[in-house]
Amino acid sequence: MTVTSLGIPRRLLEFTIDGEPVRAPEGATILDACRSAGKDVPTLCQGDTLTPKNACRVCVVEVEGARTLVPACSRKAEAGMEVRTDTERARHSRKIVLELLASSVDLSTTPEVAGWLKEYEAKPDRFGPDAARVDEEPRVDNDLYVRDYDKCILCYKCVDACGDQWQNTFAISVVGRGFDARIAVEHDGPLTDSACVYCGNCIEVCPTGALSFKSEFDMRAAGTWNEPAQTETTTVCAYCGVGCNLTLHVQDNEIVKVTSPHDNPVTHGNLCIKGRFGYQHVQNRD
Amino acid sequence: MDLHFGDSKPTDEERAAVDTLLGPPESSWEGADRSDADLRWARGGRAARDRRDLLLPGLHAVNDRIGWISEGALDYLCRRLTVPPAEAYGVATFYAMFSVKPRPATVLHVCTDLACAAAGASELCAGVEARLGLGSGVSVERSPCLGLCERAPAALAITAGDPVRTAVSAPATVERAVLAASAPDSAPEEPSAALAVPQAGDPSLMLLGRVGVVDPASLDDYRAHGGYTALRQAFAIGPAGVIREVTDAGLVGRGGAAFPTGRKWQATAAAPDHPHYLVCNADESEPGTFKDRVVMEGDPYSLVEAMTIAAYAVGAHQGYLYLRGEYPRALHRMEHAIGQARARGLLGDDILGQGYAFDIEIRRGAGAYICGEETALFNSIEGYRGEPRSKPPFPVEKGLFGKPTAENNVETLVNVLPILTIGAPAYAAIGTAKSTGPKLFCVSGSVDRPGIYELPFGATLGELLDLAGVRDRLRAVLLGGAAGGFVRPDELDIPLTFEGTREAGTTLGSGVVLAFDDTVPLPRLLLRIAEFFRDESCGQCVPCRVGTVRQEEALHRIVERTGADAAADITLLREVGRAMKDASICGLGQTAWNAVESAIDRLGAYE
Amino acid sequence: MTKRDRTPKTYTRLQYPLVRDSRDEPFRRATWDEALDRAARGLGAARGAFGLFSCARATNEMNYVAQKFARVVMGTNNVDSCNRTCHAPSVAGLSAAFGSGGGTSSYAEVEHTDLVVMWGSNARFAHPIFFQHVLKGIRNGARMYAVDPRRTSTAEWAEGWLGLNVGTDIPMAHAIGREIIRAGLANDAFIERATTNFEEYRQLVEPWTLSLAEKVTGVPAAAIRELAHAYARAERAQLCWTLGITEHHNGTDNVRALINLSLLTGHVGRFGSGLQPLRGQNNVQGGGDMGAIPNRLPGFQDILDPDTRLKFESAWDTVIEPHYGLNLTEMFEAMEEGSLKAVYCIGENPAQSEADSEQAVRRMRALDFLVVQDIFLTKTAELADVVLPATAGWAETEGTTTNSERRVQRVRAAVTPPGEAREDIDILCDLASRLGHQWKYADSEAVWNELRSVSPDHYGMTYERLEEHQGIQWPCPETDRIEPTYLHGRLWDADPASRGRLAPFGLVQHDPPVDLTDERFPIRLTTGRRLDSYNTGVQSGSFASPLRRGEFVELCPEDAERYGVVVGEKVQVSSRRGAVVAPVWVDPALRPGLAFMTMHFPDEVDTNQLTIEANCPIAGTAEFKASAIRIEKLPVAIQVR
Repeated sequence: MTVTSLGIPRRLLEFTIDGEPVRAPEGATILDACRSAGKDVPTLCQGDTLTPKNACRVCVVEVEGARTLVPACSRKAEAGMEVRTDTERARHSRKIVLELLASSVDLSTTPEVAGWLKEYEAKPDRFGPDAARVDEEPRVDNDLYVRDYDKCILCYKCVDACGDQWQNTFAISVVGRGFDARIAVEHDGPLTDSACVYCGNCIEVCPTGALSFKSEFDMRAAGTWNEPAQTETTTVCAYCGVGCNLTLHVQDNEIVKVTSPHDNPVTHGNLCIKGRFGYQHVQNRD
Repeated sequence: MDLHFGDSKPTDEERAAVDTLLGPPESSWEGADRSDADLRWARGGRAARDRRDLLLPGLHAVNDRIGWISEGALDYLCRRLTVPPAEAYGVATFYAMFSVKPRPATVLHVCTDLACAAAGASELCAGVEARLGLGSGVSVERSPCLGLCERAPAALAITAGDPVRTAVSAPATVERAVLAASAPDSAPEEPSAALAVPQAGDPSLMLLGRVGVVDPASLDDYRAHGGYTALRQAFAIGPAGVIREVTDAGLVGRGGAAFPTGRKWQATAAAPDHPHYLVCNADESEPGTFKDRVVMEGDPYSLVEAMTIAAYAVGAHQGYLYLRGEYPRALHRMEHAIGQARARGLLGDDILGQGYAFDIEIRRGAGAYICGEETALFNSIEGYRGEPRSKPPFPVEKGLFGKPTAENNVETLVNVLPILTIGAPAYAAIGTAKSTGPKLFCVSGSVDRPGIYELPFGATLGELLDLAGVRDRLRAVLLGGAAGGFVRPDELDIPLTFEGTREAGTTLGSGVVLAFDDTVPLPRLLLRIAEFFRDESCGQCVPCRVGTVRQEEALHRIVERTGADAAADITLLREVGRAMKDASICGLGQTAWNAVESAIDRLGAYE
Repeated sequence: MTKRDRTPKTYTRLQYPLVRDSRDEPFRRATWDEALDRAARGLGAARGAFGLFSCARATNEMNYVAQKFARVVMGTNNVDSCNRTCHAPSVAGLSAAFGSGGGTSSYAEVEHTDLVVMWGSNARFAHPIFFQHVLKGIRNGARMYAVDPRRTSTAEWAEGWLGLNVGTDIPMAHAIGREIIRAGLANDAFIERATTNFEEYRQLVEPWTLSLAEKVTGVPAAAIRELAHAYARAERAQLCWTLGITEHHNGTDNVRALINLSLLTGHVGRFGSGLQPLRGQNNVQGGGDMGAIPNRLPGFQDILDPDTRLKFESAWDTVIEPHYGLNLTEMFEAMEEGSLKAVYCIGENPAQSEADSEQAVRRMRALDFLVVQDIFLTKTAELADVVLPATAGWAETEGTTTNSERRVQRVRAAVTPPGEAREDIDILCDLASRLGHQWKYADSEAVWNELRSVSPDHYGMTYERLEEHQGIQWPCPETDRIEPTYLHGRLWDADPASRGRLAPFGLVQHDPPVDLTDERFPIRLTTGRRLDSYNTGVQSGSFASPLRRGEFVELCPEDAERYGVVVGEKVQVSSRRGAVVAPVWVDPALRPGLAFMTMHFPDEVDTNQLTIEANCPIAGTAEFKASAIRIEKLPVAIQVR
C-alpha cells in the first residue's frame, strides 16, 4: 500500500547574504532566503501563489560572479553563492525601475510603492512632462470588475492566474509588444465577449489595483472606500460542497469584497464567480 | 480545453489556408461538419494540447493567403489547435509581419535601418509612399533592417495569395520598388548570392568557398564540391569524437555571445532528460547583418549537413531551423535543400545507412528581432509570444519544449564542416590563439565593395575596410550592429578578434562592420538605433520596456543640441542605460544602450 | 424582439417573524414570543406526525441541534435535508460498500494521481475550485476521462469524452468491469484481500459485452474499452461523480456500480486512488454526519445499533426510537397519506427544489401546520403558518461546515443579521424550551464540544485545532494527531483483523429511466447547473453576473432546425406532468434527442414542473436527470434575447 508521499527530504544549502551565512533548502529562491533572514527586498510582480515571472526587476540583487544583477524572486539559491542585496548597483537599478514605472503608469493604489520611491530617492518627474505614459481609461464593461490599465505594470500575474497556473480559462493575454503591450482579451474586445468566467482570481493577484472589484472601484470613486475601517473575517462559502474559504471584507456591515487566504489547502487563494461575487443576497435587507 | 469562441466564422479562403497546413479537421469539435460519431466520443486532452507549436505556422498560412488575420480565421485556427483565442491573439500581435486588422494584400517593407538610411532610405520611402497611397492596393511599412545591406537601400514586397509571392528590390529606386509591389511576378530576378561575396571564387575560402561556385539547388553539385564528407567523418569518429574535435578546434559561437560550441554540445549530449533538440538560429535580425542569408542562399546544403552533424553529436533526432521571416529566398532554398536531402536519405530515418535518424523542420519567424535570443526563439517555435525566458535554467538543460537543446547560429554550424574535414589542429591554427578559425564579416555603408568577407580572426579592422574599399571622410564604424559599439576612424588597427575588440572596449558581435562617412548626422543614427530598440523590445521587463522609450525620448530632445544643453539628458541616458544593462532579462535590453554610450564616449557625440 | 430582463427575482431578507391564522390570510408581523408560542403549539400538537427538514447549508452545530430537536423534543427520527435531492445515493452507496458515507480521497490527491474519471459531473461549472485541483493534476501529467451525455466544459478537458445515453451508467460501468476482468487487468490481490461477492459480480457483468454496451449506451465499444484499460492500468486513479449519477430513480445502484470498478482495480484506500462524490451544498456532508438524516445518529452512527442508541440516550437523557425515520421523500408521501401533519422546515425550499414541484406544493398545502425558518420568504415560506427569520449560516453565525473531502472548517460571523433575525440554534433552543426541554448552549463551540463527546470521528477536532490546521478531515479521533487524507487504508492491511469489514461488490442491475421517451415525448430532457448560478437561484440571483442569460431550453442545432426554432424563440416544453414556456438556446454540446435545462430560474421557467418524482428506493432521490419531453412551436413566434 502506498502511503502519503512527502517527497525526498530537501538538502540545505549554505551561502551568504550581505556577508552573513544563511542556510536555505534546495530549491528555495534568493528571495525566500532573504525573507527568512529578515532582509527586505522590494517586489511587485512576485506572487505567493504563482511561479515567479521576474518581469518587474525591482527585486534585483547582486550575486558575486554574475555579469548582470539577478532577480531575487526567481533565482534559486546555490551553495556558496555570495548575495548582496543593498549595493549601490542594486539600489541604482531598483531606483530606475521605480522611476520608469512611476513615470509611465499610475501607482497610486499600489501598496508600499510610495515608501520605496522615497527610500530610493526616485524622481519619476525627471523624464519631463512629455514622457510617454500608458494613458488608458478604466474599462467598465460589466458589473463585477473594472480593468484600469493606466495602473498596469504588466507583471503578468493576472495572465498566469487566468492561465495554466490556476484558472485555465485563458481569457487574457499580453497583447502587442514593447511599450505598447497591454493585457487584453481575444481581439481586444470587451470582457463580456471573452472567455472570462468572472472568477476574480486575476483581481486577487493584481499588485497595483489595475484590476479591481467594481464595488471597490465605485466606492473609491465616491470617496467612501475606507480600508482601515474594514474587518476581514474568514468563513466558508455556501455555494457548493467544495468548501472554499472566503475572507469577507466588511465595511459598515456591508460586504465590500471577497478574497480567499492564499495558503488555504482548498482554494490556494482562488474562488469562482459565486464565491467571489455571490454575497449580495445576504445584504438585501430592504 | 474548454475554449471560448466568438461568433466570427472563417471565410472559405481562410479555412483552406489552415486546412492546407493542418489537413482537414478530424471532428466537428475541430470544425468539421457534425457527425453522429462525434456526438458520442470526442478525443482531446494531451494530444490536442500538444499541437500548440503549429500556431506560428498557422498564423503564417493565413497571413500568407489573405494578407491579414481576421477574428474568424484566428478562432478557426485556435479550434483546430486547441489554443485559447486570447493567447493566439497575443501571439499574432507580437509579430510585426502579421496584422489583425484588414490591410491590402500587398505589403511593401521599406528598410529604414542604418545601412539603408545612409543610402537614402528616407527619400525612397517618401517617394514610394507618394506613389502607393490609399487605394493603391499596397500598404507601405517602414521596416527594420531587411538584411540586404550590401544592396542598400532595400525593399521587400509580399503579396498575399495562393501561393504568396515576394519580390526584393535592392538597390531600390522608387520606380523599382513600386514595380516589385505592384507586379511581384514581373519584378527582375534577384542577383545571385555570389554578388554579396566580393571574394567569391577565391579557393582559400573555407566557409564561402562554394558560394557562387555550386548550384545552390543541386545536391549533386554540392557533393561534387566536397559536400557530405564531413558527415561521413562524423559517423566515423562518433558523437563524442565530433564534440572533441569541435572543442579542440576552439570553435565559439558566431552569433555574438562567443560561447564555446564544444562545451554547449557536451552539456546537451550529457543531459539525462530526453529527447534532445537541435535548433539552428537563422533569425538573423541584427541591423547590418546578412551573412547567414548569404550562406543559406548560396550554399544551403552546407547548413543541412552541418545541422545533421551537430544533431548527431548532441543526440538529437529532430532539428528546427528558425529562419527569419523576411528572407524569402533563403527560405525557398533551404526548403528545397531539405527536401532533396530527405529524398536522398541524407535526412530521415537512416542517414547514410548509419541507423541514425534526423530530420529538420523549418520554422519561419514573423518579424521580431527578439526571437534571435535563444529562449525567445524557443517560445516562438512552441507557439508562444517570443519573450525570453530567465536563465538559469540554460537551454542545454531546459530548452525547446523544456528539453535539452543545442542552439547554434548558422555561421557557427557551418564552421563544423571544415573542422571535420581538415581536423581540429589545422582549424585551430587559423586565427589567433583565443579566436580560432575563419570569420565572416558583414561590411556595408560607406564602402565601394559591400558584402560578406571571410577573413581569419586577427585581421585588423583597417585591413577589412581596405579590402572592401572604404571611402573617404570616414566618420565612424559601427561594430556588431545596433547592439554593438562605435569606433573612431583612428582605431582601425583594432584586431578583429573577440579578445582584441574586448580589449579595445568594443565588441565584435555578429560581425557587422558598418562604415559611416561624415554626411550622416550622428544624432540621427543614434535616434534610429534607439527607435529600433524601442520597437523591438518585447515589453516583458520594465528596464527594457520603459527604458528604451525614455532613451529614445532623451535622444530626441538632444538631436540638435550639444554640450551643456545636452548634459542633463546625457546623465539621464547614462543612468537609465546602466539599469537597462544591469537589470534587463535578456541581451536586448542589456545592450540597448551600448551603441549610444560608445557614440557619446568614443565619438564625442553631442560635444 | 423584446428585450429580456436578465435580472432574476431577487429576494429581500426576512427581518421579523410572520404569522397568520389561516392560509387564506396574508402574513402579519409578529413578535418573537408570539411566533414561537404559535410554532410550539402547532408542533406540540403534532407529536407522532411530525417531520423536520434540516438544512444542508447551515452549520454542523445547527444540524446537530436540529436533529436533537427532532429526536429528543419531538421523539422522532423523521429528520432529513435536501441531501435527499442530490447526494443521498452517494452516502447510501459508499456506506453500503465501506461502512462510511464520505468520499474516500482528498482534493490534494487529485493533483498527484495518474487518471481522473469525471462521471456525470460538470465540475468545471458546478465545483470550479475542485476542478482546479483536477487541472493541477492534468498539468502534472494525469489523464482525465469524462462520462456525460453532454460534452460539457469538463468533458472538453478530457482525453476521451464518452457521450452515453441518459440513464445508462450501469451498462457502461458493467461493461468496463467486464472488460477489465476479461483483459486480465483486475487487481486480484486486492479483490482477494479486501472484497466479497466478486464471483457474483463477475457473473453479473458477464453479459455486458462491449458491443451490447455500445447498443445500450450509444458509446462506441472502442471508447469504452479505452476507458476500461486506462482506469485499470493507472497506478493511481480517482473516480469522481456528481448528480449525473445520483439524481436517478436508481441512484444508489449507479453509485454501487461505480464503486465496483474501484474494488475491481484496487483504486481505493490508497494515496491518490479513491472515490470522490462532489457535494452540491456547503454542508450536505456535515448535515448527514451530524445525524440530520433518518437513519443515523451524530457521527454517522447507526440508529439500529443498540449500543449506539444507549450512548445517546444517556447523553441526552431521552429514549431514541429504535427504527429509522422517514426520509424527505417518504415524508412527502406521508403528507399525501395524512400521516405526517406538521413540518418544521429550516432553510430549505422544497416547493421549488423537489422534482414534480406542483405535487410537492400540493402536499405541503395539505399539512395541518408548517413552520418555515429561512432568511427569505421563499415559495415554501409562502405556504407556512409561521415564518421565522434566521441568519445566513455562512456569513452571520459561528460554527463549522464539512466539505466534500470531509474537511471540517470554521464558519465565522462577518456581518450582523438584519432586523430581528436570529440564529437557528437560538430559535431551536427557544422552541425546545417551550416544549419542555431547557437547553443552554453558551455558543456554537459548546454545541460542537457536545457533538465531539458523542462522535468519535470528530473527537479530535477542537475549534482551536480547526483554526490551526485550516480545517481537519474526519476521522479525527485523537486530539494530538492527524489521520491520513484518504479513507479505508485498512482494506490493504495484511492483518485480516485490522482490515475490518470487507467491501462487497454491489450486485446491481440496469434499469432504464422511468420516464420513457416515445412518439409523444420524443426528447430526453436532462438537467444541470450553470457556472454562475446555484440551485433555485434564491442566493445567486442577487448579483449581476455578466454570464447570466436566464433560463432556456437548450437543444442541439439539428433539433432546433427540425422544429424550425431559433435562438431566443419561445417554445412550449411539455412532459407527462406539466408544461412550461421557455426560450430556445442552441448548444452544439448536445445531440439530437437530448435537451438540457437548469432549475436556477424557477420564477421564470419552473423546470421542476417537468421533472419526474421517480425516486431511488434506497436513498429517496428523484430522477431529475431524465424526463421525456416534447417541444412545440408557439402559434405566434415570440423572441427574446
